[in-house]
Amino acid sequence: MTRAMAARQYVSDVAVLARKDARLELRSRDTVPAMLLFVVGALVVFHFAVPADLDEETERVVSFGLLWVALLFTAILGLTRAFVAEREQRLIDALVLAPCDRSAIWLAKTIAVVAFLLLAELIALPAFALFFVPVGGATIAAVLLANIGIAAVGTVLSAVSAASRTRELLLPLLLLPLAIPIIVGGIGASVTDEPAQFLAFLALYDAVFAIISWSTFEYVVTE
Amino acid sequence: MSLRNNLGPAFALVAFMFLIAAFALAFYWVPTDADQGFSQRIFYVHVPLALTAYACFAWGAWKALRLLWTNDNKYDLESYTAVHMGVIFGILVLVTGAIWARISWGVWWSWGERQLVLFLVLFLFYCAYFMLRNSVDAGPRQARMSAVYALFGVVLIPISFLAIRLSENFIHPVVFTRDGPQMAASMFFVFCLSTVGTIALATALYHVELSGKRLDLKLKQRRKSYS
Repeated sequence: MTRAMAARQYVSDVAVLARKDARLELRSRDTVPAMLLFVVGALVVFHFAVPADLDEETERVVSFGLLWVALLFTAILGLTRAFVAEREQRLIDALVLAPCDRSAIWLAKTIAVVAFLLLAELIALPAFALFFVPVGGATIAAVLLANIGIAAVGTVLSAVSAASRTRELLLPLLLLPLAIPIIVGGIGASVTDEPAQFLAFLALYDAVFAIISWSTFEYVVTE
Repeated sequence: MSLRNNLGPAFALVAFMFLIAAFALAFYWVPTDADQGFSQRIFYVHVPLALTAYACFAWGAWKALRLLWTNDNKYDLESYTAVHMGVIFGILVLVTGAIWARISWGVWWSWGERQLVLFLVLFLFYCAYFMLRNSVDAGPRQARMSAVYALFGVVLIPISFLAIRLSENFIHPVVFTRDGPQMAASMFFVFCLSTVGTIALATALYHVELSGKRLDLKLKQRRKSYS
C-alpha cells in the first residue's frame, strides 16, 4: 500500500469512527443535553457565588474566571461519558481488534468530543454574555483552542479511567492538574489587553499534548 | 552479592558524606547573605531538594518511555519508584519552601513564588498518578497506563512553568524575587555539594525501595506457584 493510500485509509477510518460517535449521540441524546444543562446551571450558581457590589473591572475578571471553570467542568462531564458505550457494550475490544491504526480511535473520539464541546459552548457563551459581561473575539479564539487541548488530553484519560475500577471518579483527578495551563491561557486571553501570547501558549499546549496523546493512546487501550 | 545490590549502601555513604560536609559548611563557612540574613541558608536544602525531585520525575518518565518502547514490564517498578521518590522530595520542597516563605515574608504560602506553585501542581498531578495505579488491577495494562501518565507529567513540568509565569501577568505582579546579587563562589560550592548529596540520597532510597519492591514481587510469585 502506498503512503497516500494509507493516509486516505486513515482519514476514512477516523471519519467512520467519528460518525459512529455522532450517530450514537443523536440516537441516545445522553451527553450533549447534560452538558448544556450543566453549563447553564453552573453559570447561575456562580452568579450567587460572586458578590453583587464589585466594581466593573473586578467583576469582568472574576466573571471570566468563572466562565473558564464552568467550561472546564462541563468538558469533564462530557468526557466522563466519552467511553461509556465502548465499555458497557465491550465495543472497545472490537475497536482494538479492528484492522485500523489505534490512534485513529483517539482522533475520532477527540473530534467527537470537540464537536460536543462546541455545541455546549454555542449555548454557554451567549448565556454568559447575557448574564455577566460581553464576550470578545479573543475569548472565542481561546475557547476554540482550549477545546482541542482538553479533548486531546481528556480522551486519553477518559480511556484510562474507563478501564479503572473507580471509573468516572478518576477522570477529574487525572485531568485537573493537566488542565491548569489551559485555564491560565484561557483566562489570560479573556482578561488581558494582549491576548496574543496567551493564544500562542494555548496553541503550544494543543500541539504538544495532541502529539503525546496521539502517540500514547494505543498503549492505553490494548490489553 | 553482586555489585548491583551494593549500589544502595554506596550511594547512602556518598550522600552521608556530602550532606554532612554541605551542612557543616553552610552553617559555619559560607558568609551570611547580606539581604536575607541567616534564613537564606535554607537555600542549601530547598533548592537541591527541588532539583532532586525534578531528576526523579525525569528518571521516572525515562523508565516509562523505556517500558512503552520495549514492552518490558521490569521498567514499571523502576518508573513507579522514581515517581514515588519524586513525590517524597516534592513534599519536602513544599515544606521547606513554606518555612522559607514564613521567615522571609511572614506568610506560609505565597502564590508569587513560581517554584512553589509549580511544585503544588506537580504534587497534585503525581498524587493522581498514585490514584490511577491504585484503581487499575496490577498487570501489564496498569504498567502501560501509569507509564503514559508519567510521560504526560514530564511534559507538564515545562508547560506549567510557562503557564505560571504567564499567569503573573494578570493575577498579580511578582512581589518577591530571589534575584539578589550574584551568588558568591563559596555559596555556589556548598550548593553543589548539597545538590550532589541530595541526589545521592534519593538514589540510595530509590535502590532500597526498588529492591524491597522486587522482593515483594518475587515473594508473591513464589506464593502463587506453591499454592
